[in-house]
Order: sequence, then structure tokens, then C-alpha cells
Amino acid sequence: MKFKDNTVALDATDLRILNALQENARQTYTAIGKSLGIAHSTVYDRIKRMERHGIIKEYTAVIDAQKAGAKNIIAIMTIFTDPKESDKVAEKLCEAPQILEVYTSLSEELLIIAKVVAENQESLHEFIASSVAPLPGVLRIRTSMITKKFKETRFSIANNPKQLAFIKEKSNK
Amino acid sequence: MNEKMSSRTLRTLPREKAFYFFTSIGNYTGESATSLKEFTDKISEVNVKSLEFHLYRGDFEKWTAETLEDQKLAREIENLRNQNYSGTALKEQLYNILSKYYEKIISKF
Repeated sequence: MKFKDNTVALDATDLRILNALQENARQTYTAIGKSLGIAHSTVYDRIKRMERHGIIKEYTAVIDAQKAGAKNIIAIMTIFTDPKESDKVAEKLCEAPQILEVYTSLSEELLIIAKVVAENQESLHEFIASSVAPLPGVLRIRTSMITKKFKETRFSIANNPKQLAFIKEKSNK
Repeated sequence: MNEKMSSRTLRTLPREKAFYFFTSIGNYTGESATSLKEFTDKISEVNVKSLEFHLYRGDFEKWTAETLEDQKLAREIENLRNQNYSGTALKEQLYNILSKYYEKIISKF
């Protein structure tokens, strides 16, 4: 069932299937059905429905860039902007291949937070000086280079403790 | 310096060719300059940390030589860089060089 705000009602079976897929997206419908105690045709139907509604956006490989030999640096830019130009600045940033993620945030001032990748410090600076600072509406920029990663996960059903408890409760029944 | 070269140095550049003042890698102060006049004025306004950052990376002489296309001014800035000034002394010296250079050009018109 689709709601007015474009969200789709998911029941415990849907959430358990999503959880199983997020743990391993390459497992078969039969394997998922077996582990959840449901028919593989149910798994198939539910997955197809969630794909159709855009809940499952894609199946992709998560790459460890370091192990793949990439020696890049990652930085987080906090861009203070004129509120009237903020969306345009964010949209322009999205066009740059060096930009990995873009968010807007409202604290005391309107901010854009963007994650950027660069070959080294010099190319990071060059990119910010020639492609970000000149954008109309950019007031100032603070950049923090990431030195050590402690955790990085994608959004998962398991990130939400309430939903996870709901799945576990249904699994035990 | 002939009149053509002088007017080139004095021209106003488009926004994408402006000089953008940073205090360190990726940290933009919000100050920029699109002409020699504005650049000179901003030198007296921006944080001295920004001047030290750009001078010793060679950014000022690169911008004056490649964007403003004034090799003579770029050499004057390079000479200043070799004198290892810092802090307020650097700000004063840089401002003096630029303001004198600007006055000299403008007096020809």
C-alpha cells in the first residue's frame, strides 16, 4: 500500500527480507525463504514489489578503496551559504565527480555539508579554490580532512533499534 | 610598462578568475578579489594567516603572473617571498608593494 507521502507500508516479512538482503544480496530466493521460514515464491513477490516501489534501489558491490590500491584523501566540507542560493550551490556540487555526498543543514546558519575525495591535499585545495569558492552564494568554507575511519555503514534496517526488535519479535513467533 | 599592459593589469576579472583567500588547505575566508585594486584593499583586511599561507605557496605571484598577466608585479612579490617576512610586517610590506604599484600605473592615465 502506497501512502500520500510516497512511502510504502512494509510488514514484518518485508523488513526481514530487506534485512536478509542487506546482509547478503547475492543469496537466492530459496535461501532467504529457508532462513526466514517462508516460501521462496513469497520472497520473490515481496522483493519484486519492493523493487517496483523503489524501496530496493539497487544491488551493488561495496569496495574497500584502500585494498583496491586507491590512495585518496577524503575531506568533509562545511560550506556556509546565502540561504537564497543554497539549493543551487548544493545542486552544482552534486555535478562534480569528486563530491561523494551532499547535505544541507540548518544550525545557526544555513550550511551545506559535503564529502569530497581527492588525490592529495594540493588537488583538494585546487578543486575547492577553483570550483567551490567561486560558486555564487558561497560565503565561506571550512574543510576537515579525515585522518582515520572508525566506522562506515550504509543505511540498514538494523540501524533502527525499534525496527530490529520488531523483526526479531516476529522471527521468534 | 605601456598603456596596453597597464590597462590589462587594471581590468576587472570575471568571478571565476578572482583570487580567493584561504587560511589553510580548503578553508576559504569568504574574501576574494577580482582586480588589482580590490586585491590591494583585501591585503589590508584579511587575516595575516591567509597572507602567510598564500605567499609561501607562491599563490600570489602565480595569480598576478597567470591571471592578471603582470610578470613585473609577480617578480616583486617573489622578491618579497624570498625575504621571509611574517605577521604584520608581511602584511605591511605586501600592501606597500601593491599600493605603490597600483598608484604608479594609475598615474599614467
